[in-house]
Amino acid sequence: MARTISVEVVYRGIFQKTLAKNICRGIVLAARKEGKIGISFGRYGDSPERNGIPAKNFAIVAPNEEELQLSMAQYEPETTDVTISVDDMLCKGVESWAWYGLQPINQKVRDQGTLIVTSMLPAEALINFCHTKPTPYRLAVIPAIPSFSGLWVYKDDHTDVRILGALPKVCPELVSLDSIQKAIKEEWNDDLKVTSARRTYEHTATRTVRPGEGNPEVPFKFDLPGWTKMREGVTIDGIRLGEPIKFGDQIGGYRPARNPYFKKYTTRTMRPVIDFDKCIKCTLCWLQCPDSCFDVTPDQTYDLNAEACCGCGVCEAVCPVDNCVTMVNEAEFADNKSQWEAYKQDKQAYQAWVDEKLTHRPERSHGFRYRGQYQEQVAKQGVGPGGAE
Amino acid sequence: MDPDSATAVRVAAAEQEALISGSEAVAVATRLADVDVLTAYPIRPYDTLMQYVAKQIANGEQDAEYIVAESEHSQFEIAKHAEAVGARAMCGSSGVGWCYAFEAIAVTPALRLPLVAMVGNRALDDPGAFGTEHNDALAARDLGWMHVWVDTAQEALDTTLMAYRVAEDRRVFLPCAISTDGAFLTHSQTLVKIPPQTWVDEFLPPYNRGDLRLHPDNPITIAPQVNEDWLMEIRRQTDEAMRNARGVIEEAYRDFRRIFGRGEGNPFFEEYRTEDAEVVLVGMGTLSMPVKVVIRKLREQGEKVGFVRVRWFRPFDHERLGALLSRFRAIGVIDRDFSMGSPFNSGVLANEIRATLYAQDRRPPVVSFIAGLGGREVTIPAVKEMIEQTRRAAAAGKAPADTQWIGVRA
Ligand code: SF4
Ligand code: SF4
Repeated sequence: MARTISVEVVYRGIFQKTLAKNICRGIVLAARKEGKIGISFGRYGDSPERNGIPAKNFAIVAPNEEELQLSMAQYEPETTDVTISVDDMLCKGVESWAWYGLQPINQKVRDQGTLIVTSMLPAEALINFCHTKPTPYRLAVIPAIPSFSGLWVYKDDHTDVRILGALPKVCPELVSLDSIQKAIKEEWNDDLKVTSARRTYEHTATRTVRPGEGNPEVPFKFDLPGWTKMREGVTIDGIRLGEPIKFGDQIGGYRPARNPYFKKYTTRTMRPVIDFDKCIKCTLCWLQCPDSCFDVTPDQTYDLNAEACCGCGVCEAVCPVDNCVTMVNEAEFADNKSQWEAYKQDKQAYQAWVDEKLTHRPERSHGFRYRGQYQEQVAKQGVGPGGAE
Repeated sequence: MDPDSATAVRVAAAEQEALISGSEAVAVATRLADVDVLTAYPIRPYDTLMQYVAKQIANGEQDAEYIVAESEHSQFEIAKHAEAVGARAMCGSSGVGWCYAFEAIAVTPALRLPLVAMVGNRALDDPGAFGTEHNDALAARDLGWMHVWVDTAQEALDTTLMAYRVAEDRRVFLPCAISTDGAFLTHSQTLVKIPPQTWVDEFLPPYNRGDLRLHPDNPITIAPQVNEDWLMEIRRQTDEAMRNARGVIEEAYRDFRRIFGRGEGNPFFEEYRTEDAEVVLVGMGTLSMPVKVVIRKLREQGEKVGFVRVRWFRPFDHERLGALLSRFRAIGVIDRDFSMGSPFNSGVLANEIRATLYAQDRRPPVVSFIAGLGGREVTIPAVKEMIEQTRRAAAAGKAPADTQWIGVRA
């Protein structure tokens, strides 16, 4: 007898809210064509109306009502047959609120389950971002740039149907390609979308990720305190006074204490790179950063605390010096280490590093800055117009 | 001299008598308690408190920040924030004014701000109605506010001091609403004993918010975003504080008796002629007056009737009240409030009493009455009728299933 199958879509708040919903709706509607029953829902607690915040949507498909209820009785499934990451940078982990800790993107993927990622990066690069798992799983990469839109607008670039098309390939138990195509036709009445789904079905291949393959870091986590241990009065410690920064014999500047329970960096898709030699010490980045990410170095320049940065780009926008603070694609970074320390250790090497990073400025950002930017992107990156294959 | 008569002499010597209303008595208590911040927005009958405070300040008798806000919502918010920085505050309202502040009222308990507020009980403005009704305060009955109903101006003064002592106890840190019936208490002046400052100082320690005080030397964030991962624990903490309040109220009344020489009996409810009573009425607030008068008369005729006045509604002393009420043959509960569509179509108090009795082995019949809504008088014949109906229930061993409306035109 058929079993209940759980699919999870991990997406970015606001920018991909409609995308995630479309995918989950499509799964349930397609499964219905086969007489199955399903539910599509968002993780309510994520509050996905926050820019870029990692959030989750689920589709559960069951052979009958009783089986579905069995799974619905537990709001969020413990394991998934397929997890879909619609932004490859979410492979670095998911932290939607304080105290959640960092959840690996593949955390819920069951033994031999599948992780689908939309990305222009090769599978190997993505695996390096994903945390290791004790059980094997499969990875399917759908070549695409992240389909970011807004709260009120939806960018219909076929990312939704391309992912739907990949599903019967990686998980035939879930639904057949035929049903997926029927559901797409019914939902969108667009033959090109139906074709996109079929093409992706044909092109999708998986690669097994072995236990131990990937980022070996243990993701940070916290224990939620019980009511007898929690501070009363809905009160938490304010940000404590910080301390000076030491580097070799040099001591000075100021590093404030930061919220240890909410690091926020999984929200970002780009991060600032600082060219310390260009800095005129105007303080604007430090003043304007909405998350107080900058530390004052003993040189009186400003160093990024990359664990706290959500990648909003304000620092780049306010810096009065050209190419002094520059937003760079998050994919170019493997860790959250101090840029200023690297600079102090070897200025020449640092300059080379900066120059290299600056070649990876984000084409994608939170939304688009001018009309036609999206078309430019797809032309440059080799994905067909509208994202259709 | 035995200790009791020593206290009596001390009392007689030190207290001053004044002819003041219930609201004025609360105002005097805020002076004695050296309240730092008073926030106000006029609505009848609560405005009698703000008027008297203004007078005390103008006369140089009281030293406090007195802030007239632009609405009740702001009034309660300002008082809340004053409490957060460690200032003792007083606030209050009536009827729909209290309801307008509900957003602030609802979060005050979770933030553990020991704000004291006077509710001048008032109907919820079915066009313009301002007579007394308890639904205003009762709208906040489940949220973690302590609720106490007083029936004399003296009790209003004493209870205000008590409210600060209990609310500001670290084991509690919950807000407290003192309900005073509009007109009967807020607009009637009676002789009240005003205690000397030294007694009050001995009774009421300064408000010390400790590690929860919002101050540059104690950097904290109050009320950050909480979601489902936090809220249940926060509720449980508020629940624990309310449980603690029961013991703290006992302690406060014990200490009050020692220093002020009055306030005998159980703090949570007053018993009137219950010793050998067969039937009793139960109620809250100033309807105690006509009820007591009728009971005295019936007692003269040899009838075994009594009255139990619930003072602290939250926390509710279900254990002792249940044990007491289970002794009688029948109980009549008078609600000066309504709870449309509730079990037996009763008011709020009657169903609390029914629930309280459920844990008892002996459960006498409960007759529920709704009377005195919108400030209508609870008359002597009305009280007699309620006692008569309760007696019939005692004789039958069974109460009428439905709630009885008393004094309503058919
Ligand atoms: S991108 Fe810049 S301004 Fe925005 S959070 Fe990061 S450091 Fe702060
Ligand atoms: S805004 Fe630019 S120039 Fe100004 S302090 Fe920051 S990095 Fe330096």
